[in-house]
Amino acid sequence: MSNHPAIELRDISKSFTTPRGGRYQALRNLSLTVDQGEFCAVVGPTGCGKSTTLTLVSGLERPTTGGVFIDGQPVRGIGRDIAFMFQTDAIFPWKTVIDNVLAGPKFRHAPMAQARADAHGWLQRVGLTGFEDRYPHQLSGGMRKRVALAQSLINSPRILLMDEPFSALDVQTRAIMSNELLGLWDLTKPAVIFVTHDLEEAIALADKVVVMTAGPAATVKATFPIDLPRPRVVQEIRFDAHFVDLYRNIWEALRSEVDAAYAQTAPKQEAA
Amino acid sequence: MTTDALTDSAPVTRPTDDDAVVRRAYRWRKIRRRLLVHLAQALVLVVVIGGWQLLASTKHLDPTLFGKPSGVVSRLHTWIRDGTSIGSLGDQVKVTLEEALYGFLIGTALGIVCGVALGRVRFLADVFGPFIKVLNSIPRIVLGSVFVLMFGLGLESKVILVVVLVFFGVFFNAFQGTREVDRNFLANAAILGASKWQITRHVVLPSAFTWIVASLHVAFGFALIGAIVGEFIGAQQGLGQLIKYAQGTFDANGVWAAMVIMALVALIAEWLITRLERRLLRWRPAQLNHPDL
Repeated sequence: MSNHPAIELRDISKSFTTPRGGRYQALRNLSLTVDQGEFCAVVGPTGCGKSTTLTLVSGLERPTTGGVFIDGQPVRGIGRDIAFMFQTDAIFPWKTVIDNVLAGPKFRHAPMAQARADAHGWLQRVGLTGFEDRYPHQLSGGMRKRVALAQSLINSPRILLMDEPFSALDVQTRAIMSNELLGLWDLTKPAVIFVTHDLEEAIALADKVVVMTAGPAATVKATFPIDLPRPRVVQEIRFDAHFVDLYRNIWEALRSEVDAAYAQTAPKQEAA
Repeated sequence: MTTDALTDSAPVTRPTDDDAVVRRAYRWRKIRRRLLVHLAQALVLVVVIGGWQLLASTKHLDPTLFGKPSGVVSRLHTWIRDGTSIGSLGDQVKVTLEEALYGFLIGTALGIVCGVALGRVRFLADVFGPFIKVLNSIPRIVLGSVFVLMFGLGLESKVILVVVLVFFGVFFNAFQGTREVDRNFLANAAILGASKWQITRHVVLPSAFTWIVASLHVAFGFALIGAIVGEFIGAQQGLGQLIKYAQGTFDANGVWAAMVIMALVALIAEWLITRLERRLLRWRPAQLNHPDL
């Protein structure tokens, strides 16, 4: 491990060309650091550029200005040490569960016998032993997320980017998945950026919570360290008195941004 | 009487028997429905073919111009037994099938390769897009004459005509299918370390196959049309030539008989393509596959 932070965003801005030819600035002067093995949750109102931030770290997109650094090295293209969990299902529906998990090693030309053993190990860890030959459409939403986790983690990423990965799940499944995520994260301790709009989920999971301002031209509003002890039980930690204090503090920062974002999307109701 | 009724009705209330009764009733309803459909279909056939036969026998339709079903059957019979005027029936079917199949395979392969390439590479799409649109707007059947002049009366001219007919349908579907690949799948594959070629092979092709396979049904129809029309324009053998010969000798029954054979070939091909479709797309949930028609 290097002395550099795992992820560093240095004063980045990102603009898009709109279909009508205009410019839309999604991010402005955003700086963010995630240490090695740190679990960082990013919360913010809808449309604040949370997902954009992730695509910049992954190398799928490049910032308009500013620098993105992984382990102190500037990001050029998609890094090998990065895993990404998408909001919607992104596992391949035409591959069976085991082939989905094996996709990464296959693309990277890893020795397949070893990869196969690894894949079975990861499927066991995410509780999908016996489902190797199913197709994704034969699985529940939670099981598909588990496949996606195994697919990401088999590449032993140093950095795990998660874009509201559990937002499509029902509340109970979501809590279970959050717990399992913490267990799996503890095994390999990658640095995590976990984007969510759910503050409770963010506090329950993270070492630090970053609050973003409402877009356009979003940036970091404030950063809150979460000093709740680990291991945590996601379903129960919300009853902790300190959790409630933290929630109140962070919500204070988040509320005005949520209001601002709401005012943009519903100006008429606001006026009435 | 009353005791009988009691002992009779008692076991019926047991859930297992109840289930069996419901299941049997359901199965019976299904069988009855299927019988009804088949009966109606048989009726349609009897009315159409019987009516035709009747009208032709009573000279309301001139049998020399319109043919008649019994004549078609006896023509098929003589063709099978004695061969046709231009050679054995099997040879004619074989020639036409060969032309259609070679053209279909080549046209499909070309369509997929070009469609995926243009769908993946923006530059190629921008360069070749207008040309393909212009070529597609030509009534391509006319090219049959050109190909017969260029490549003669044999297999090549028909195969090339079939290729031209098959290509565009498959091409446009492959192109569209490539364009419509879920961006999340592409991003996920890239993150997992896939090269451009691996993305094409493992993500774009399987995803686009839903579109491509859908075009194959129509494409095979075009392949048969291409082969037949090509033989019409100029050939020495084949079903198209057989029809042309029958037409030239005022043999309406012969034209119909050749059509019956083509219909059989098309049905078999359709069945095979549906099998292929099921095989290639078995990863999809069942309710998304089209119902059989």
